[in-house]
Amino acid sequence: MISGMDQVFVLLRLWLVSFLPAAWQPVIGALLSVVAIVCLFPALFALTTVFERKGLARIQNRLGPNRVGPFGLLQPIADGIKSLTKEDIVPLSADAAVHFLAPVLLVVAVFMGFAVLPMGRNMILVDMDAGLLFYFAMSASTELAVFMAGWSSRNKYSLLGAMRAVAQMISYEVPLLLSSVVVVMMTGSLSLTKIVAAQSGFTRGLPHWFIFTPWGFAGFVMYAIATTAETNRSPFDLPEGESELVAGYHTEYSGFKFALFFLGEYLAMFSISGLGATLFLGGWSAPFSFLTWIPSWIWFFSKLMLSIFVFIWMRGTLPRLRQDQLMNFAWKFVLPLCLLNLMVAGLWRFMGDGWLRWVICSVILIGAYTALGWGEMRRGKIGPRSYRYAE
Amino acid sequence: MSFVFYILAALTVAGGLAAMLLKNTVHCALALTVAFAGLALLFLNLDAQFAGFAQILVYIGAVAILVVFAILLTRGSETPRDGVFSRTWLAGLLIAAGVFAVLGWAVIGSVRVLPHETAVPTVTVLQIGNALVSRYVLPLEIVAVLLTAAMIGAVIVAMHEKEGQK
Repeated sequence: MISGMDQVFVLLRLWLVSFLPAAWQPVIGALLSVVAIVCLFPALFALTTVFERKGLARIQNRLGPNRVGPFGLLQPIADGIKSLTKEDIVPLSADAAVHFLAPVLLVVAVFMGFAVLPMGRNMILVDMDAGLLFYFAMSASTELAVFMAGWSSRNKYSLLGAMRAVAQMISYEVPLLLSSVVVVMMTGSLSLTKIVAAQSGFTRGLPHWFIFTPWGFAGFVMYAIATTAETNRSPFDLPEGESELVAGYHTEYSGFKFALFFLGEYLAMFSISGLGATLFLGGWSAPFSFLTWIPSWIWFFSKLMLSIFVFIWMRGTLPRLRQDQLMNFAWKFVLPLCLLNLMVAGLWRFMGDGWLRWVICSVILIGAYTALGWGEMRRGKIGPRSYRYAE
Repeated sequence: MSFVFYILAALTVAGGLAAMLLKNTVHCALALTVAFAGLALLFLNLDAQFAGFAQILVYIGAVAILVVFAILLTRGSETPRDGVFSRTWLAGLLIAAGVFAVLGWAVIGSVRVLPHETAVPTVTVLQIGNALVSRYVLPLEIVAVLLTAAMIGAVIVAMHEKEGQK
């Protein structure tokens, strides 16, 4: 039946906890969920590294890792052993305490974000009333960790990388928040379980996901752009541009601390993809009404891995942006569209049912998109560029 | 007061003290962040989720970053040899003591004015949102106008330099 497989992890936890005295049950139950999250996502990270290297290799017409295990599948284990046994070098002039704290803070803050993600029916660690706000509060704390890493290394490449990363993350956090606010406006709640519940149900076999509305689609596109920049992924990977900055803010990290940065980056990608799926793609709900028999957690992780695939695809396809293009894009294109999308969402809310609101909202959004794009393209100056603070 | 409160209070005060006493300016900024985090945890300890998370989002996510940016863009993070005490330290001390006295007086006075509630009030984010856009809409708008004015001012200060160069 549906409920058996669907609730298998919830039932497993209940069964394990039932052996304990009643007073311990809530604490141990929560601890079990934490252990599950802490084990599952790093394992997913290990798989993703192979997936990414193989995928990129395919795009670039080469083989990728193929020495360790069948098809190179055991490569992450070799990488893990390597990073654990490597010497941990701290530069002589580095600020030792801050240098040590930065990767720890990063990974802790990123892991906290998973606490409020509903990963399946009844599968959420803490069902908070202000879950979305908690998530953004935690993801905002990672910026400080990046700055600490870059500054404490006492290396010009690290500092430049950290400054770039922080400027980029601050700039794209505004569109990230504004594109999610649309969903909150429509749902009337910051709780992620309520947001998923608002997208449940089917009309003629098709789901009520927010992405299938004009404002939801525009919001999702803005959200996807902002998350790519927020996780420092290509084409927004200026903070780590190898050809310019060695490796950006983690240049001076080696061994396991470097692995922690790597882990933090991928975990941030997972959690922000999961949040995107929750906000716009219906969370753990099935895409068609005749597929509801497949367990909810399979849907959540399928959506998550699909967005990871798109991330890898984009990395293999798009060239890196320049710093001024990055900032112009955020403040002159994404931000105005996000603000407009807020108004369109309001319009949608108060126009009532019917086809008219579909036409009006779509026309406004497509019109604004085209006009902004044309305006920017026409004004685009091609020629020598100047940086005001670097002369 | 619970045991947790004392731990959080000690953390906050230690962060604040470290922000005053450390030599390196960037260390001071990071210590200030610890104080911000302590305050956020104190809010959470009082079951004020919205205030606590907003404190983390705004102060640790934005204000702390702004502070370190300002430090790094203006001058080196090393303390100058001749000390950092300005000549008007006496006036500064008096103003600080005055502000502290007014705040303390207000806090102590509030205990008498407000009724001592035994039951913990449950405030959801929804209620806060409704209050902000209905009863307190005027203060909200005034704050918005103030922030817009500050932002335009900052842009003008930054743009001035460019006009001079041309």
